[in-house]
Amino acid sequence: MSHDPHAMLTARELGVLGCPICGMVCRAAPQGVDVECPRCGQALHARKPNSIARTWAFLVTAILLYIPANALPIMRTKTLFDDRQDTIISGVLALWRNGSWDLALIVFVASVVVPLAKIAVLVVLLLSVQMGWVTGRRRRTRLFRLVEWVGQWSMLDIFVVVLMVALVQFSTLARIDPGPGAAAFGGVVVLTMFAAQAFDARLIWDAAEGSLHDD
Amino acid sequence: MSAQVDRIGATLNARAVKPSSIAVCEHCDAVHRRVHLAPRARAHCVRCGTVIYTERRRHLDGWLALTIASAIAYLVANLNPIVEIQLRGESTQASLFQALSATWYSGAEPVAALAALCAFVFPLVRIALETVVLTYLQFGRRPPALRAAMHTLVHIRPWSMIEVFMLGVVVALVKLGGETTVIPGPGLAGFAVLTVLLTILASFDPDTLWENAERAAP
Repeated sequence: MSHDPHAMLTARELGVLGCPICGMVCRAAPQGVDVECPRCGQALHARKPNSIARTWAFLVTAILLYIPANALPIMRTKTLFDDRQDTIISGVLALWRNGSWDLALIVFVASVVVPLAKIAVLVVLLLSVQMGWVTGRRRRTRLFRLVEWVGQWSMLDIFVVVLMVALVQFSTLARIDPGPGAAAFGGVVVLTMFAAQAFDARLIWDAAEGSLHDD
Repeated sequence: MSAQVDRIGATLNARAVKPSSIAVCEHCDAVHRRVHLAPRARAHCVRCGTVIYTERRRHLDGWLALTIASAIAYLVANLNPIVEIQLRGESTQASLFQALSATWYSGAEPVAALAALCAFVFPLVRIALETVVLTYLQFGRRPPALRAAMHTLVHIRPWSMIEVFMLGVVVALVKLGGETTVIPGPGLAGFAVLTVLLTILASFDPDTLWENAERAAP
């Protein structure tokens, strides 16, 4: 018998499927038969197909792109006396020195902490699922919800660059141009969002069910 | 307590359960009996804490009014300059569209395209689709291509980033504020209002739309 304090009847055990688009619940068909949501027409699966492989693919690409995103300048500022290139980090430092420590903190969190934390959390989630961890399932699900919610805020720096480029176009005094790091950083944000969408949080709970029920 | 849940679970079988009487947690697959919620209440999964459903009844007319208001805010936000800056007698200004095209023509096409999708295209699609769907439902008719519209709305939601763009405007203004004079334009007010309206709209449960569509004449 199961001694799992978190054991609950699951949709898969009951033979029903919940629609990820509209939330409607309908009966599952025998294995191998495709089911469509009767209300919205979405193809239904008990688990997202190839979730782990797809999440890894997006994540590894994001990790590779993360290097140019931080090493290359995202913005180039030319003035009469100066020609400087800013990476994400040096942009944060400049904002800090200009006296706006609170906004520097916001940009630092959105552009540095969030992408890194997202990548780290997704790696841990994937490994925990693949190794069948049973502990901290509720905590890991909460981490995943956080990653899903926070994803879009990393786009902050992209919007800042776009606005600065348009505004600082004074013929001789100063102009700002986007740098190659900006596109790489945008790629990281998009890929980590895809990775989070590809991950199936139900796998966190499946791992435990299997090992506990087989005793 | 939990063992009891398990025993009840073991006695359930697919034929004995009406699918409409249960809700499934998207994050842990746990099955819950649907209970009636107080207005504005949300049902959380007992096992993992994810929100599984919310109190669904919303008045369509209020929803439609907010959507039309957000369409107006969208127009104001996009047809006006967001901000003007002055530096030693010279001045520049930028609307969202000008910002996107300046980025595009300075050689960062992928960046401009990404920003255009997230701050311009997806919010527009979202507002337009909601307006069309709600207008049909308001008149008791089933909207054409309802399924495609609802799928699109769900898929673009995380990519519609007006609120992030709004914060980006604030950061850019502070960065420029040190060396230049910054004059906010009507577009800025438009984006501020749009941010608030879209946040309210995002809290509405699409179940309301489905239920009205099912009752509507084809």
